[in-house]
Amino acid sequence: MPETHGRAALRGFRDGLPIGLGYLAVAFSLGIQAKHLGMTPFQGFLVSLLCNASAGEYAGFTAIAGSAALAELALVMLVANARYLLMSAALSQKFHPDTPFFHRLLVAFDVTDEIFGLAIARPGYLDPFYLYGAFILPLMGWSSGTALGIVMGSLLPARVVSALSVALYGMFIAVIIPPARKSRVVLLLVLISFALSWLCGVLPGLSSLTGSAKVIVLTLVLAGAAAALFPVEEEGGDDRAA
Amino acid sequence: MRHNMYVYILVMAVSIYVIRALPLTLIRRPISSRFIRSFLYYVPYVTLAVMTFPAIVEATQVPAAGAAALIAGIILAWLGAGLFPVAVSCCALVFILEWFL
Repeated sequence: MPETHGRAALRGFRDGLPIGLGYLAVAFSLGIQAKHLGMTPFQGFLVSLLCNASAGEYAGFTAIAGSAALAELALVMLVANARYLLMSAALSQKFHPDTPFFHRLLVAFDVTDEIFGLAIARPGYLDPFYLYGAFILPLMGWSSGTALGIVMGSLLPARVVSALSVALYGMFIAVIIPPARKSRVVLLLVLISFALSWLCGVLPGLSSLTGSAKVIVLTLVLAGAAAALFPVEEEGGDDRAA
Repeated sequence: MRHNMYVYILVMAVSIYVIRALPLTLIRRPISSRFIRSFLYYVPYVTLAVMTFPAIVEATQVPAAGAAALIAGIILAWLGAGLFPVAVSCCALVFILEWFL
C-alpha cells in the first residue's frame, strides 16, 4: 500500500505547481518592497529562498527600513511568523514516530500556509519526500519572483508598479477575511487592529514607534487580550489551516 | 545604525527557521495550554491586519486608489474569492483608478 518515495515526491511536485505559479506573481510585489530597501536582485532572491514567507519577509523589510537593531529584527520575525509555530507543531504530528530526525529539520525549511495546507490534506502519516517534491516549484517561484520584482520594478512605469504593490496586501486581506466572516471575535479583532494601526501612525506620542515595533506591540497586546477574553475551543483552533 | 544587507538577511533566515524547526523537532505532542493555543490562533489576524492598514493606502500613488483596493479586497474575500483572485483584483482596480485620479 505505501507509495515509494519517488512516487510521493512526484505527486508533491505536481501539487506544488499551482502554488509555485501563485507565489511567482505575489513575490513580484514583495520584490518591489525589497527594491525600496536597496536590495539587489540577488539579495531578493536569497532572502526569499531562505525565508519563504510573505508577511514574515514584509515585516522584516519594515524593520530594516527603520534601521532596526538586529534584536528587534529577530523579534519582529518571531512575532510576524508566530503562526508557523502552530503549523509546525501540528505538522510534527503527521510524521511516523520512526521518521529520522533530519527529515524534521529539512521539512521545517519550507513550512508555509499553502504547503501546510497540502501536508495536512494528505491522509495518514506523511512521507517527507512528498513535501520535498512539493517544495521545488514554490521555492523557485517565490525566490525568482522576488528577484524579478526588483529588476522589473525599475523598468515598469510608476503606475504599473503602484498597482502591483497592492498584491501583497490583497493576499493578506484574503487570509484574514474568510475567518473574520465566520467568527465575530476575529472580525472585531481585525477591525480593532486596523483602527489601532492607523492611530499609532497619527497620535503624537505613538507615531515615533517604528513599523516593526508597532506590529510587535499590537500583536502581543491584541492577540493576548483576545486569547484571555475569548479562548478558542478545541475544534476552532485548526480550521484556519488552509 | 544600518547594517550590511547580508547580515539582515542572515538574521531573518535564522529567526524564521528556528520558529519552524523548534516545534517540529521538540514538540511531539499538541500544545495543551488553552491560552497559548488561543494566542497563537489570533496572532496572524492581528499581525496581517496591522501590516495591511494603513500601509495599503500609502503604497499607491493616489491614496484613494489604495483605499478602494482595500474595500474591494475585503468584499471579494468576504464573498469567498481565493488568495490570488483577490490579489489580482486589487492590482487591477488600482491600475484602472489611477488612470482617472
